[in-house]
Amino acid sequence: MRISDTAIERLRAAAEFPDLSGTRYRLMDKLGQGGMGAVYRVEDSVLERQIALKVINILDDQNQLAARLLQEARVIARLEHPGIVPVHDVGTLPDGRVFYTMKLVQGRRLDDPETALGGESECLRSFLKICEAVAFAHAHDIVHRDLKPSNIMIGPFGEVLVMDWGLAKVLGSSHHRDNAGPDDAVVGTPGFMAPEQERGDSHVGPLADVYSLGTILKFLLKQRAAEPVSRRLTAIVRKATEAASAARYASVQELASDITQYLQGGAVAAFPEGPGARAWRWIVKNRAWILLILAYLVTRTLFILWRRFS
Amino acid sequence: MMRQERDIGISGRFPATRWSLIESARSPEAQQRQRALDVLIAAYWKPIYKHIRMKWQKDIEDAKDLTQEFFSRAVERDFFASFDPGRARLRTFLRTCVDRFVANENQAAQRVKRGGEFQFVALDFENAEGELRTRELPASETPDDFFAREWVRSLFEMAVEQLRRECESAGKAIHFELFKSYDIEEGGRELTYEQAARQYGIKASDVTNYLAHARREFRRIVLEQVRLSTASEEEFRNEARALLGFEVKG
Repeated sequence: MRISDTAIERLRAAAEFPDLSGTRYRLMDKLGQGGMGAVYRVEDSVLERQIALKVINILDDQNQLAARLLQEARVIARLEHPGIVPVHDVGTLPDGRVFYTMKLVQGRRLDDPETALGGESECLRSFLKICEAVAFAHAHDIVHRDLKPSNIMIGPFGEVLVMDWGLAKVLGSSHHRDNAGPDDAVVGTPGFMAPEQERGDSHVGPLADVYSLGTILKFLLKQRAAEPVSRRLTAIVRKATEAASAARYASVQELASDITQYLQGGAVAAFPEGPGARAWRWIVKNRAWILLILAYLVTRTLFILWRRFS
Repeated sequence: MMRQERDIGISGRFPATRWSLIESARSPEAQQRQRALDVLIAAYWKPIYKHIRMKWQKDIEDAKDLTQEFFSRAVERDFFASFDPGRARLRTFLRTCVDRFVANENQAAQRVKRGGEFQFVALDFENAEGELRTRELPASETPDDFFAREWVRSLFEMAVEQLRRECESAGKAIHFELFKSYDIEEGGRELTYEQAARQYGIKASDVTNYLAHARREFRRIVLEQVRLSTASEEEFRNEARALLGFEVKG
Protein backbone atom coordinates (compact mmCIF):
# COMPACT_ATOMS: atom_id res chain seq x y z
CA MET A 1 0.00 0.00 0.00
CA ARG A 2 1.44 3.37 -1.00
CA ILE A 3 1.69 5.89 1.78
CA SER A 4 1.46 9.52 0.70
CA ASP A 5 3.21 12.38 2.52
CA THR A 6 -0.04 13.44 4.17
CA ALA A 7 -0.73 9.84 5.15
CA ILE A 8 2.66 9.75 6.89
CA GLU A 9 1.57 12.64 9.09
CA ARG A 10 -1.84 11.08 9.77
CA LEU A 11 -0.22 7.79 10.73
CA ARG A 12 2.20 9.56 13.04
CA ALA A 13 -0.69 11.29 14.75
CA ALA A 14 -2.67 8.04 14.89
CA ALA A 15 0.19 6.15 16.50
CA GLU A 16 0.42 8.83 19.13
CA PHE A 17 -3.31 9.01 19.86
CA PRO A 18 -4.25 7.84 23.34
CA ASP A 19 -6.24 4.65 23.62
CA LEU A 20 -9.57 5.77 25.08
CA SER A 21 -11.38 2.46 24.76
CA GLY A 22 -13.21 1.60 27.95
CA THR A 23 -13.45 5.26 29.00
CA ARG A 24 -16.35 7.64 28.56
CA TYR A 25 -14.29 9.80 26.20
CA ARG A 26 -14.24 9.82 22.43
CA LEU A 27 -11.17 11.21 20.73
CA MET A 28 -11.64 14.15 18.37
CA ASP A 29 -8.32 15.80 17.58
CA LYS A 30 -5.03 16.96 19.03
CA LEU A 31 -4.90 20.49 20.38
CA GLY A 32 -1.29 20.87 21.37
CA GLN A 33 1.89 19.46 22.75
CA GLY A 34 3.60 20.31 26.02
CA GLY A 35 6.84 19.28 27.68
CA MET A 36 5.71 15.88 28.86
CA GLY A 37 2.20 15.64 27.59
CA ALA A 38 -0.17 16.23 24.74
CA VAL A 39 -3.62 17.78 24.95
CA TYR A 40 -6.53 16.43 22.93
CA ARG A 41 -10.08 17.54 22.33
CA VAL A 42 -12.40 14.72 23.38
CA GLU A 43 -16.10 14.28 23.72
CA ASP A 44 -17.51 13.24 27.07
CA SER A 45 -20.16 10.74 25.97
CA VAL A 46 -21.98 10.90 29.31
CA LEU A 47 -22.31 14.68 29.68
CA GLU A 48 -22.31 15.21 25.91
CA ARG A 49 -19.79 18.01 25.92
CA GLN A 50 -16.36 18.62 24.53
CA ILE A 51 -13.50 18.87 26.98
CA ALA A 52 -9.72 18.75 26.92
CA LEU A 53 -7.75 15.67 27.89
CA LYS A 54 -4.09 15.84 28.82
CA VAL A 55 -2.02 12.68 28.69
CA ILE A 56 1.63 11.83 29.00
CA ASN A 57 3.20 10.91 25.71
CA ILE A 58 6.33 9.54 27.20
CA LEU A 59 6.51 5.83 27.93
CA ASP A 60 7.51 5.97 31.53
CA ASP A 61 8.58 2.61 32.89
CA GLN A 62 9.18 3.93 36.38
CA ASN A 63 5.95 5.90 36.66
CA GLN A 64 7.73 9.10 37.63
CA LEU A 65 5.96 11.14 35.01
CA ALA A 66 2.63 9.58 35.86
CA ALA A 67 3.14 10.85 39.40
CA ARG A 68 3.98 14.30 38.07
CA LEU A 69 0.88 14.48 35.91
CA LEU A 70 -1.24 13.36 38.82
CA GLN A 71 0.40 16.02 40.96
CA GLU A 72 -0.38 18.63 38.31
CA ALA A 73 -4.03 17.60 38.30
CA ARG A 74 -4.18 17.81 42.10
CA VAL A 75 -2.57 21.25 42.11
CA ILE A 76 -5.10 22.59 39.65
CA ALA A 77 -7.97 20.89 41.49
CA ARG A 78 -7.04 22.86 44.64
CA LEU A 79 -7.33 26.14 42.78
CA GLU A 80 -10.94 26.98 42.10
CA HIS A 81 -10.66 30.36 40.48
CA PRO A 82 -12.16 31.86 37.30
CA GLY A 83 -8.65 32.46 36.01
CA ILE A 84 -7.56 28.83 36.38
CA VAL A 85 -8.90 26.01 34.21
CA PRO A 86 -10.92 23.54 36.33
CA VAL A 87 -10.02 19.83 36.36
CA HIS A 88 -12.90 17.39 35.85
CA ASP A 89 -11.47 13.89 36.04
CA VAL A 90 -8.25 11.94 36.39
CA GLY A 91 -7.47 8.32 35.55
CA THR A 92 -5.36 5.78 33.70
CA LEU A 93 -5.87 4.78 30.09
CA PRO A 94 -5.90 1.14 28.95
CA ASP A 95 -2.41 1.67 27.56
CA GLY A 96 -1.20 2.60 31.03
CA ARG A 97 -0.85 6.32 30.54
CA VAL A 98 -2.17 8.71 33.17
CA PHE A 99 -4.54 11.42 32.01
CA TYR A 100 -6.68 14.19 33.36
CA THR A 101 -9.56 16.08 31.77
CA MET A 102 -10.31 19.76 32.10
CA LYS A 103 -12.49 22.46 30.69
CA LEU A 104 -11.95 23.02 26.99
CA VAL A 105 -10.76 26.58 26.67
CA GLN A 106 -11.69 28.53 23.56
CA GLY A 107 -9.45 31.43 22.87
CA ARG A 108 -5.95 32.40 21.89
CA ARG A 109 -2.70 32.35 23.71
CA LEU A 110 -1.16 35.66 24.60
CA ASP A 111 1.79 35.08 22.27
CA ASP A 112 -0.50 34.37 19.31
CA PRO A 113 0.03 37.26 16.86
CA GLU A 114 -3.73 37.31 16.24
CA THR A 115 -4.64 37.82 19.88
CA ALA A 116 -6.37 41.20 20.13
CA LEU A 117 -4.84 43.08 23.03
CA GLY A 118 -6.62 46.40 22.81
CA GLY A 119 -5.40 49.72 24.18
CA GLU A 120 -3.05 50.28 27.11
CA SER A 121 -5.83 50.26 29.71
CA GLU A 122 -7.32 47.07 28.33
CA CYS A 123 -3.90 45.38 28.27
CA LEU A 124 -3.28 46.35 31.87
CA ARG A 125 -6.71 45.15 32.98
CA SER A 126 -6.02 41.77 31.35
CA PHE A 127 -2.68 41.74 33.13
CA LEU A 128 -4.44 42.39 36.44
CA LYS A 129 -6.58 39.31 35.88
CA ILE A 130 -3.43 37.24 35.42
CA CYS A 131 -2.11 38.69 38.69
CA GLU A 132 -5.35 37.79 40.47
CA ALA A 133 -5.10 34.14 39.42
CA VAL A 134 -1.45 33.90 40.40
CA ALA A 135 -2.03 35.67 43.73
CA PHE A 136 -4.81 33.19 44.43
CA ALA A 137 -2.41 30.32 43.79
CA HIS A 138 0.20 31.88 46.10
CA ALA A 139 -2.43 32.20 48.82
CA HIS A 140 -2.80 28.42 48.51
CA ASP A 141 0.95 27.85 48.71
CA ILE A 142 1.37 27.11 45.04
CA VAL A 143 3.98 28.73 42.80
CA HIS A 144 3.48 28.36 39.04
CA ARG A 145 7.17 28.59 38.00
CA ASP A 146 6.46 28.69 34.27
CA LEU A 147 4.50 31.89 33.68
CA LYS A 148 4.95 33.16 30.14
CA PRO A 149 2.76 34.53 27.34
CA SER A 150 2.20 31.10 25.78
CA ASN A 151 0.71 29.85 29.08
CA ILE A 152 -1.92 32.61 29.19
CA MET A 153 -5.15 32.21 27.25
CA ILE A 154 -7.45 35.08 26.32
CA GLY A 155 -11.03 34.00 25.75
CA PRO A 156 -13.39 35.47 23.17
CA PHE A 157 -15.06 37.63 25.85
CA GLY A 158 -11.85 38.86 27.41
CA GLU A 159 -11.57 36.05 29.98
CA VAL A 160 -8.03 35.39 31.07
CA LEU A 161 -6.82 31.92 32.02
CA VAL A 162 -3.49 30.85 33.42
CA MET A 163 -2.62 27.45 31.94
CA ASP A 164 -0.09 24.66 32.24
CA TRP A 165 0.61 24.07 35.89
CA GLY A 166 2.89 21.16 35.11
CA LEU A 167 5.91 22.76 36.78
CA ALA A 168 3.99 24.18 39.75
CA LYS A 169 5.55 23.81 43.16
CA VAL A 170 3.62 23.23 46.38
CA LEU A 171 5.08 25.18 49.29
CA GLY A 172 4.39 24.81 52.98
CA SER A 173 5.97 22.84 55.82
CA SER A 174 4.02 19.63 55.52
CA HIS A 175 3.68 19.56 51.73
CA HIS A 176 6.99 20.95 50.62
CA ARG A 177 7.56 18.92 47.55
CA ASP A 178 9.59 20.02 44.66
CA ASN A 179 8.01 18.03 41.91
CA ALA A 180 10.64 18.80 39.35
CA GLY A 181 11.71 15.63 37.60
CA PRO A 182 15.07 14.01 38.15
CA ASP A 183 16.50 15.73 35.07
CA ASP A 184 15.01 19.14 35.89
CA ALA A 185 17.31 20.89 38.33
CA VAL A 186 16.36 24.06 36.39
CA VAL A 187 12.63 24.44 35.72
CA GLY A 188 11.05 27.23 33.74
CA THR A 189 11.49 28.89 30.37
CA PRO A 190 14.56 30.97 29.44
CA GLY A 191 13.68 34.60 28.94
CA PHE A 192 10.77 34.42 31.36
CA MET A 193 12.10 32.65 34.42
CA ALA A 194 13.69 34.43 37.36
CA PRO A 195 17.48 34.41 37.80
CA GLU A 196 17.17 32.21 40.88
CA GLN A 197 15.34 29.63 38.75
CA GLU A 198 18.03 29.76 36.09
CA ARG A 199 20.61 29.13 38.75
CA GLY A 200 18.66 26.15 40.00
CA ASP A 201 18.30 27.53 43.52
CA SER A 202 16.51 25.10 45.79
CA HIS A 203 14.22 27.74 47.34
CA VAL A 204 12.31 29.23 44.47
CA GLY A 205 9.21 30.95 45.81
CA PRO A 206 6.43 33.35 44.85
CA LEU A 207 8.91 36.11 43.96
CA ALA A 208 9.95 34.03 40.97
CA ASP A 209 6.39 34.35 39.70
CA VAL A 210 6.57 38.12 40.33
CA TYR A 211 9.59 38.23 38.04
CA SER A 212 7.82 36.19 35.35
CA LEU A 213 4.77 38.45 35.59
CA GLY A 214 7.10 41.38 35.00
CA THR A 215 8.36 39.77 31.82
CA ILE A 216 4.78 39.20 30.68
CA LEU A 217 3.99 42.88 31.31
CA LYS A 218 7.06 43.82 29.31
CA PHE A 219 5.88 41.53 26.52
CA LEU A 220 2.43 43.14 26.53
CA LEU A 221 3.86 46.64 26.34
CA LYS A 222 6.22 45.65 23.54
CA GLN A 223 3.33 44.31 21.50
CA ARG A 224 2.01 47.84 21.37
CA ALA A 225 5.26 49.16 20.00
CA ALA A 226 3.61 52.03 18.14
CA GLU A 227 2.76 53.75 21.43
CA PRO A 228 5.43 55.04 23.79
CA VAL A 229 5.53 53.48 27.23
CA SER A 230 5.32 55.89 30.14
CA ARG A 231 8.22 56.17 32.57
CA ARG A 232 6.00 55.03 35.41
CA LEU A 233 5.04 51.83 33.63
CA THR A 234 8.66 51.21 32.70
CA ALA A 235 9.55 51.61 36.36
CA ILE A 236 6.92 49.04 37.32
CA VAL A 237 8.38 46.53 34.85
CA ARG A 238 11.87 47.24 36.13
CA LYS A 239 10.92 46.70 39.76
CA ALA A 240 9.09 43.45 38.99
CA THR A 241 12.06 42.09 37.06
CA GLU A 242 14.87 43.05 39.42
CA ALA A 243 17.57 40.38 39.40
CA ALA A 244 17.68 40.34 43.19
CA SER A 245 14.39 38.97 44.47
CA ALA A 246 14.54 41.22 47.56
CA ALA A 247 14.42 44.31 45.32
CA ARG A 248 11.23 43.22 43.53
CA TYR A 249 7.65 43.72 44.65
CA ALA A 250 7.19 41.68 47.81
CA SER A 251 4.12 39.99 46.39
CA VAL A 252 1.92 39.75 43.32
CA GLN A 253 -0.66 41.89 45.18
CA GLU A 254 1.84 44.74 45.46
CA LEU A 255 2.56 44.54 41.74
CA ALA A 256 -1.17 44.49 40.98
CA SER A 257 -1.69 47.44 43.33
CA ASP A 258 0.84 49.55 41.45
CA ILE A 259 -0.82 48.70 38.14
CA THR A 260 -4.20 49.72 39.60
CA GLN A 261 -2.73 53.00 40.88
CA TYR A 262 -1.28 53.65 37.46
CA LEU A 263 -4.64 53.07 35.81
CA GLN A 264 -6.27 55.48 38.23
CA GLY A 265 -3.60 58.14 37.69
CA GLY A 266 -2.29 57.75 41.23
CA ALA A 267 1.24 57.48 42.60
CA VAL A 268 3.04 54.18 41.93
CA ALA A 269 5.53 52.77 44.42
CA ALA A 270 8.02 51.90 41.69
CA PHE A 271 8.36 55.53 40.53
CA PRO A 272 9.09 58.01 43.41
CA GLU A 273 8.15 61.56 42.43
CA GLY A 274 9.04 65.00 43.78
CA PRO A 275 6.34 67.45 44.98
CA GLY A 276 6.27 69.23 41.62
CA ALA A 277 5.71 66.03 39.64
CA ARG A 278 3.06 64.88 42.15
CA ALA A 279 1.29 68.21 41.90
CA TRP A 280 1.34 68.12 38.09
CA ARG A 281 -0.04 64.59 38.12
CA TRP A 282 -2.78 65.67 40.55
CA ILE A 283 -3.68 68.46 38.16
CA VAL A 284 -3.76 66.15 35.14
CA LYS A 285 -5.85 63.60 37.03
CA ASN A 286 -8.35 66.20 38.18
CA ARG A 287 -8.22 68.50 35.18
CA ALA A 288 -11.91 68.15 34.42
CA TRP A 289 -12.88 69.49 37.87
CA ILE A 290 -10.15 72.12 37.80
CA LEU A 291 -11.30 73.38 34.43
CA LEU A 292 -14.92 73.46 35.64
CA ILE A 293 -13.96 75.43 38.76
CA LEU A 294 -11.76 77.76 36.71
CA ALA A 295 -14.56 78.26 34.21
CA TYR A 296 -16.93 79.05 37.09
CA LEU A 297 -14.47 81.49 38.67
CA VAL A 298 -13.79 83.24 35.38
CA THR A 299 -17.48 83.49 34.58
CA ARG A 300 -18.27 84.81 38.05
CA THR A 301 -15.42 87.33 37.90
CA LEU A 302 -16.57 88.61 34.52
CA PHE A 303 -20.12 88.89 35.81
CA ILE A 304 -19.01 90.88 38.86
CA LEU A 305 -16.92 93.23 36.71
CA TRP A 306 -19.76 93.72 34.26
CA ARG A 307 -22.12 94.58 37.11
CA ARG A 308 -19.64 97.13 38.54
CA PHE A 309 -19.00 98.95 35.30
CA SER A 310 -22.44 98.87 33.77
CA MET B 1 20.84 -16.30 -7.59
CA MET B 2 17.58 -14.40 -7.29
CA ARG B 3 14.60 -15.83 -5.48
CA GLN B 4 11.21 -15.49 -7.11
CA GLU B 5 9.20 -14.16 -4.22
CA ARG B 6 7.80 -10.65 -4.54
CA ASP B 7 7.54 -10.06 -0.85
CA ILE B 8 10.27 -8.27 0.90
CA GLY B 9 10.38 -9.45 4.39
CA ILE B 10 12.63 -10.59 7.08
CA SER B 11 13.68 -14.12 6.17
CA GLY B 12 13.54 -15.39 9.68
CA ARG B 13 13.02 -14.14 13.17
CA PHE B 14 15.77 -11.70 14.03
CA PRO B 15 17.96 -12.59 16.99
CA ALA B 16 16.31 -11.59 20.27
CA THR B 17 19.38 -9.60 21.28
CA ARG B 18 18.74 -5.92 20.86
CA TRP B 19 20.80 -3.91 18.48
CA SER B 20 22.75 -6.91 17.31
CA LEU B 21 22.02 -5.91 13.74
CA ILE B 22 25.50 -4.56 13.21
CA GLU B 23 27.16 -7.43 15.08
CA SER B 24 25.14 -9.93 13.02
CA ALA B 25 26.14 -8.19 9.82
CA ARG B 26 29.74 -8.83 10.87
CA SER B 27 29.19 -12.37 12.14
CA PRO B 28 31.43 -15.20 10.88
CA GLU B 29 28.26 -17.26 10.30
CA ALA B 30 26.79 -16.87 6.83
CA GLN B 31 23.23 -17.47 8.01
CA GLN B 32 23.58 -14.71 10.61
CA ARG B 33 24.93 -12.32 8.00
CA GLN B 34 22.08 -13.21 5.63
CA ARG B 35 19.52 -12.44 8.32
CA ALA B 36 21.17 -9.11 9.08
CA LEU B 37 21.19 -8.31 5.41
CA ASP B 38 17.49 -9.14 5.16
CA VAL B 39 16.71 -6.68 7.94
CA LEU B 40 18.83 -3.97 6.38
CA ILE B 41 17.27 -4.49 2.96
CA ALA B 42 13.72 -4.52 4.29
CA ALA B 43 14.20 -1.26 6.14
CA TYR B 44 16.42 0.64 3.79
CA TRP B 45 16.30 -0.57 0.19
CA LYS B 46 13.58 1.81 -0.93
CA PRO B 47 15.01 5.01 0.53
CA ILE B 48 18.44 4.02 -0.82
CA TYR B 49 17.07 3.32 -4.31
CA LYS B 50 15.18 6.62 -4.35
CA HIS B 51 18.19 8.47 -3.03
CA ILE B 52 20.40 7.06 -5.82
CA ARG B 53 17.80 8.01 -8.38
CA MET B 54 17.17 11.52 -7.05
CA LYS B 55 20.59 12.65 -5.88
CA TRP B 56 22.81 10.76 -8.28
CA GLN B 57 20.39 10.94 -11.20
CA LYS B 58 21.01 7.32 -12.14
CA ASP B 59 18.66 5.68 -14.58
CA ILE B 60 16.37 2.94 -13.33
CA GLU B 61 18.56 -0.01 -14.26
CA ASP B 62 21.76 1.49 -12.84
CA ALA B 63 19.95 2.47 -9.67
CA LYS B 64 18.63 -1.08 -9.25
CA ASP B 65 22.07 -2.58 -9.68
CA LEU B 66 23.70 -0.09 -7.38
CA THR B 67 21.08 -0.62 -4.69
CA GLN B 68 21.54 -4.35 -4.59
CA GLU B 69 25.29 -4.25 -4.95
CA PHE B 70 25.54 -1.73 -2.15
CA PHE B 71 24.01 -4.16 0.31
CA SER B 72 26.28 -7.00 -0.83
CA ARG B 73 29.37 -4.86 -0.49
CA ALA B 74 28.27 -3.39 2.83
CA VAL B 75 28.37 -6.79 4.43
CA GLU B 76 31.22 -8.32 2.39
CA ARG B 77 33.53 -5.41 3.02
CA ASP B 78 32.29 -4.64 6.50
CA PHE B 79 31.22 -1.04 5.94
CA PHE B 80 29.99 -1.11 9.54
CA ALA B 81 33.48 -1.37 11.03
CA SER B 82 33.63 2.42 11.23
CA PHE B 83 30.07 2.89 12.46
CA ASP B 84 29.80 4.54 15.87
CA PRO B 85 26.19 4.66 17.12
CA GLY B 86 27.14 7.42 19.52
CA ARG B 87 28.03 9.75 16.68
CA ALA B 88 25.37 9.20 14.06
CA ARG B 89 22.13 7.48 13.33
CA LEU B 90 22.38 4.26 11.37
CA ARG B 91 20.34 5.67 8.50
CA THR B 92 22.57 8.75 8.26
CA PHE B 93 25.61 6.49 8.25
CA LEU B 94 24.08 4.29 5.56
CA ARG B 95 23.23 7.26 3.38
CA THR B 96 26.82 8.50 3.66
CA CYS B 97 28.08 5.02 2.74
CA VAL B 98 25.75 4.93 -0.25
CA ASP B 99 27.08 8.29 -1.46
CA ARG B 100 30.66 7.13 -1.08
CA PHE B 101 29.88 3.84 -2.80
CA VAL B 102 28.16 5.48 -5.78
CA ALA B 103 30.93 8.09 -6.09
CA ASN B 104 33.53 5.31 -6.16
CA GLU B 105 31.56 3.38 -8.75
CA ASN B 106 31.31 6.50 -10.88
CA GLN B 107 35.06 6.91 -10.73
CA ALA B 108 35.72 3.30 -11.56
CA ALA B 109 33.24 3.71 -14.43
CA GLN B 110 32.43 0.06 -14.28
CA ARG B 111 29.10 -1.56 -14.06
CA VAL B 112 28.90 -3.53 -10.87
CA LYS B 113 27.88 -7.10 -10.92
CA ARG B 114 25.14 -8.37 -8.71
CA GLY B 115 25.55 -11.37 -6.57
CA GLY B 116 28.34 -12.48 -4.36
CA GLU B 117 27.55 -14.83 -1.52
CA PHE B 118 24.14 -13.35 -0.77
CA GLN B 119 20.69 -14.17 -1.94
CA PHE B 120 18.32 -11.35 -2.73
CA VAL B 121 14.59 -11.38 -2.77
CA ALA B 122 13.04 -9.60 -5.75
CA LEU B 123 12.71 -5.96 -4.85
CA ASP B 124 9.67 -4.09 -6.10
CA PHE B 125 11.53 -1.37 -7.96
CA GLU B 126 8.53 -0.65 -10.12
CA ASN B 127 6.53 0.32 -7.05
CA ALA B 128 9.40 2.46 -5.76
CA GLU B 129 9.72 4.17 -9.14
CA GLY B 130 5.98 4.86 -9.12
CA GLU B 131 6.24 6.52 -5.73
CA LEU B 132 9.05 8.73 -6.99
CA ARG B 133 6.94 9.93 -9.91
CA THR B 134 4.08 10.97 -7.66
CA ARG B 135 6.27 12.61 -5.05
CA GLU B 136 6.56 16.35 -4.86
CA LEU B 137 9.97 17.57 -3.81
CA PRO B 138 10.10 20.86 -1.95
CA ALA B 139 13.05 22.96 -3.04
CA SER B 140 14.19 23.35 0.55
CA GLU B 141 14.43 19.60 1.20
CA THR B 142 17.99 18.43 1.78
CA PRO B 143 19.19 14.94 0.74
CA ASP B 144 19.15 13.98 4.42
CA ASP B 145 15.54 15.13 4.79
CA PHE B 146 14.56 13.23 1.66
CA PHE B 147 16.27 10.06 2.83
CA ALA B 148 14.72 10.36 6.30
CA ARG B 149 11.23 10.83 4.89
CA GLU B 150 11.59 7.88 2.53
CA TRP B 151 12.84 5.75 5.40
CA VAL B 152 9.75 6.68 7.41
CA ARG B 153 7.52 5.95 4.42
CA SER B 154 9.14 2.55 3.95
CA LEU B 155 8.84 1.78 7.65
CA PHE B 156 5.16 2.74 7.77
CA GLU B 157 4.40 0.75 4.62
CA MET B 158 5.89 -2.37 6.17
CA ALA B 159 4.06 -1.74 9.43
CA VAL B 160 0.71 -1.18 7.69
CA GLU B 161 1.18 -4.38 5.69
CA GLN B 162 2.07 -6.36 8.80
CA LEU B 163 -0.93 -4.88 10.63
CA ARG B 164 -3.20 -5.89 7.76
CA ARG B 165 -1.90 -9.47 7.85
CA GLU B 166 -2.23 -9.73 11.62
CA CYS B 167 -5.72 -8.26 11.67
CA GLU B 168 -6.92 -10.58 8.92
CA SER B 169 -5.46 -13.67 10.52
CA ALA B 170 -7.05 -12.70 13.86
CA GLY B 171 -10.48 -12.15 12.31
CA LYS B 172 -10.20 -8.39 12.80
CA ALA B 173 -10.44 -7.23 9.20
CA ILE B 174 -12.90 -4.47 10.15
CA HIS B 175 -10.36 -3.10 12.62
CA PHE B 176 -7.89 -2.70 9.80
CA GLU B 177 -10.46 -1.22 7.42
CA LEU B 178 -11.41 1.43 9.99
CA PHE B 179 -7.75 2.22 10.58
CA LYS B 180 -7.20 2.51 6.84
CA SER B 181 -10.23 4.78 6.45
CA TYR B 182 -9.36 7.13 9.29
CA ASP B 183 -5.62 7.16 9.32
CA ILE B 184 -4.40 6.49 5.78
CA GLU B 185 -6.96 7.47 3.20
CA GLU B 186 -7.61 11.07 2.25
CA GLY B 187 -10.64 12.62 3.91
CA GLY B 188 -10.92 9.82 6.43
CA ARG B 189 -11.19 12.11 9.43
CA GLU B 190 -14.36 13.62 8.04
CA LEU B 191 -16.17 10.33 8.56
CA THR B 192 -18.12 10.40 11.80
CA TYR B 193 -18.11 7.41 14.11
CA GLU B 194 -21.84 6.99 13.49
CA GLN B 195 -21.34 6.89 9.72
CA ALA B 196 -18.52 4.36 10.09
CA ALA B 197 -20.64 2.25 12.43
CA ARG B 198 -23.48 2.13 9.88
CA GLN B 199 -21.06 1.34 7.07
CA TYR B 200 -19.64 -1.69 8.86
CA GLY B 201 -22.74 -2.75 10.75
CA ILE B 202 -21.24 -2.19 14.19
CA LYS B 203 -21.93 0.09 17.15
CA ALA B 204 -20.40 3.56 17.36
CA SER B 205 -18.65 2.55 20.58
CA ASP B 206 -17.08 -0.36 18.68
CA VAL B 207 -15.58 2.11 16.23
CA THR B 208 -13.70 3.72 19.14
CA ASN B 209 -12.50 0.36 20.43
CA TYR B 210 -11.57 -1.10 17.04
CA LEU B 211 -9.62 2.00 16.05
CA ALA B 212 -7.85 2.05 19.39
CA HIS B 213 -6.85 -1.60 18.90
CA ALA B 214 -5.53 -1.03 15.39
CA ARG B 215 -3.60 2.11 16.37
CA ARG B 216 -2.12 0.37 19.39
CA GLU B 217 -0.98 -2.55 17.24
CA PHE B 218 0.36 -0.21 14.58
CA ARG B 219 2.40 1.60 17.21
CA ARG B 220 3.75 -1.70 18.53
CA ILE B 221 4.74 -2.88 15.06
CA VAL B 222 6.40 0.41 14.18
CA LEU B 223 8.39 0.38 17.40
CA GLU B 224 9.51 -3.19 16.68
CA GLN B 225 10.64 -2.17 13.20
CA VAL B 226 12.46 0.85 14.57
CA ARG B 227 14.27 -1.35 17.09
CA LEU B 228 15.39 -3.66 14.31
CA SER B 229 16.67 -0.88 12.13
CA THR B 230 18.52 1.19 14.72
CA ALA B 231 21.87 0.40 16.24
CA SER B 232 21.69 1.63 19.83
CA GLU B 233 19.30 2.33 22.69
CA GLU B 234 19.79 6.06 22.26
CA GLU B 235 19.17 5.94 18.53
CA PHE B 236 16.02 3.88 19.07
CA ARG B 237 14.67 6.40 21.60
CA ASN B 238 15.47 9.34 19.35
CA GLU B 239 13.84 7.73 16.35
CA ALA B 240 10.80 6.64 18.35
CA ARG B 241 10.34 10.16 19.63
CA ALA B 242 10.80 11.74 16.24
CA LEU B 243 8.49 9.25 14.54
CA LEU B 244 5.67 8.81 16.97
CA GLY B 245 6.03 11.59 19.54
CA PHE B 246 6.91 8.83 21.98
CA GLU B 247 9.94 8.75 24.12
CA VAL B 248 10.98 5.54 25.75
CA LYS B 249 12.46 6.05 29.18
CA GLY B 250 14.08 3.09 30.81
